[in-house]
Amino acid sequence: MSRGKISLGTGTRRVLTLATLFGVSFAAWSAGADLGQAVKQPTNWTAISMFAIFVVATLFITKWAAAKTKSASDFYTAGGGITGFQNGLAIAGDYMSAASFLGISAAVMASGFDGLIYSIGFLVGWPVITFLMAERLRNLGKFTFADVAAFRFKQAPVRIFAASGTLVVVAFYLIAQMVGAGQLIKLLFGLEYWIAVVIVGALMMVYVLFGGMTATTWVQIIKACLLLGGATFMAVSVLWYFGFSPEAMFAGAVKVKTDLALKDGKTAEVAATIGQSIMGPGNFVKDPISAISFGMALMFGTAGLPHILMRFFTVPSAKAARSSVMWATGWIGYFYLLTFIIGFGAITFVLTNPQFLDAKGALLGGGNMAAIHLANAVGGNVFLGFISAVAFATILAVVAGLTLSGASAVSHDIYATVVKKGTADSASELRVSKITTICLGMIAVVLGIAFEKQNIAFMVSLAFAIAASANFPVLFMSVLWKDCTTRGAVIGGFLGLISSVVLTVVSPSVWEATLGNPKGSALFPYTSPALFSMTIGFVGIWLFSILDNSQRAKVDRAGFLAQQVRSETGIGASGASGH
Amino acid sequence: METDLAKKISALPKYQELKRKRSSFGWWLTLAMMVVYYGFILLVAFNKSFLSQRLGDGVMTVGIPIGFGVIVFTIVITAIYVRRANGEFDELSDAVAKAALK
Repeated sequence: MSRGKISLGTGTRRVLTLATLFGVSFAAWSAGADLGQAVKQPTNWTAISMFAIFVVATLFITKWAAAKTKSASDFYTAGGGITGFQNGLAIAGDYMSAASFLGISAAVMASGFDGLIYSIGFLVGWPVITFLMAERLRNLGKFTFADVAAFRFKQAPVRIFAASGTLVVVAFYLIAQMVGAGQLIKLLFGLEYWIAVVIVGALMMVYVLFGGMTATTWVQIIKACLLLGGATFMAVSVLWYFGFSPEAMFAGAVKVKTDLALKDGKTAEVAATIGQSIMGPGNFVKDPISAISFGMALMFGTAGLPHILMRFFTVPSAKAARSSVMWATGWIGYFYLLTFIIGFGAITFVLTNPQFLDAKGALLGGGNMAAIHLANAVGGNVFLGFISAVAFATILAVVAGLTLSGASAVSHDIYATVVKKGTADSASELRVSKITTICLGMIAVVLGIAFEKQNIAFMVSLAFAIAASANFPVLFMSVLWKDCTTRGAVIGGFLGLISSVVLTVVSPSVWEATLGNPKGSALFPYTSPALFSMTIGFVGIWLFSILDNSQRAKVDRAGFLAQQVRSETGIGASGASGH
Repeated sequence: METDLAKKISALPKYQELKRKRSSFGWWLTLAMMVVYYGFILLVAFNKSFLSQRLGDGVMTVGIPIGFGVIVFTIVITAIYVRRANGEFDELSDAVAKAALK
């Protein structure tokens, strides 16, 4: 017993060191970020059979959806026939990625309160989307957010910008998900990395190709229900053990952390401080600039993620669009409360159980296994299999949504609008989006395998930062500022895009952690570029718009009134059947 | 939409009322959300000891209910907006559509 506890001490210290490293870089904790280098586990047949059941069920749904997917509108937006409640679940599903489930619960297990600060950041963008964007997007758009951004502008340049913004965001998000899938499957199912990546790529292509948005949405809804159900069961089990007393749960966790520190050779006083430290903020927020900048990336990035924005066009009305964000916010907030309880539960159930620790006392399979081991502790092997299968299904569903939004950008924005100048028929547009889906699927598999050994922790943060600095400012200004012009939107948008990428590359998390340059050599000291690159984006749009005296600028400004009336009232907006 | 129709609608008092009410409500709530969130972040950045302060004799700190409070606030403020928008604003919007298309 004592041997177990001593080794436990080393394990926790390791976890804490890891957390400290993460604390330096917000990026490392990103939802959907990488799951680290995982160690291959023995093949887990329970998990694999559960996942097989999920796959069979979703393939049946795809078959059903395929029969309904006939036009480009069915493919992009499920014909606009998704209800607000269903869409809310699907949006929540898009947002609750595997790594936000595993990563946030692991962060809470490692450092308690800091994990909460992190998850709050991911939630607060939703009200802003609801108040300022959701219904206006629904009233103006048809298939992609470029429909909204380019509403009164010259189509080609704005579409090219929007498609670039979409593809860059999708690419970084996709790589992070594919690498996460490979690592996770190695860990949970005991399969080879490349097999996992190929399975994800192939299944995702089947869903999107045959079932379009209908299948993608239903896969997402089912997964969201399974994930919320599984996480609820875990959190309730933890609370039940402590007689539904939060104080008892927190006290138990503080005691475990204190005991571990004592075993580690700390004095009673120091150990008590370490134990209590999980109840308050620690190293997560180091300097205020990074904190604000990261908060901005999360808050406004959410309003610029193409695969999320696209979901607003799947509902029949502005009213349904509002309801869907309300449901999504509720489910996501509830989910983050659950992960917090799961993380604290893991401290008590996982960190004290030698079954989940290796010979050196570290968590078996790596730090992100907290929730997985807790599933085993509260529900046995079958529930472990269930949660593992849900984690894989989660990645699959998110990847399908991302691919669909990437494919729409190519077929609807580039092919139909820029190349064919709006004369493409629905059938050829559909064909191009299917070809793009296959290409994106193959690229995702190749990149997933290529990035296996890379430190890709920054990628999801980067996707949020780009979305906040390029897509969001253009959308926001084109919808709400009457003097915005084509030139201003395109130049400002690209400035935001380029500056967010460049500042990320020269920030410590990429320049030092990924590219291996010496510590302290990064030119940009903060963890997130959003505060600066968003400013560059907005100022760029403003400046190049007010300086724009071209003939086109007059047309752009004259078009604002009609756009505003439609965005406010929905008169003239695409209806459910009128796409 | 035809520019003439847009001009006609924008001249309607109901439309002006809808635009004014919804816009100010949306911006006020946005401001409230920003104040709560960035206030929380600044508290974390500048006054860690306040959040780590214990409530009573147990291990519970001030920070935990505040953190949970921010999550609940986010959900509640969204629900408040949607409730008013789906009721009052949609009624106004329907009235505008009726007046414009008659």
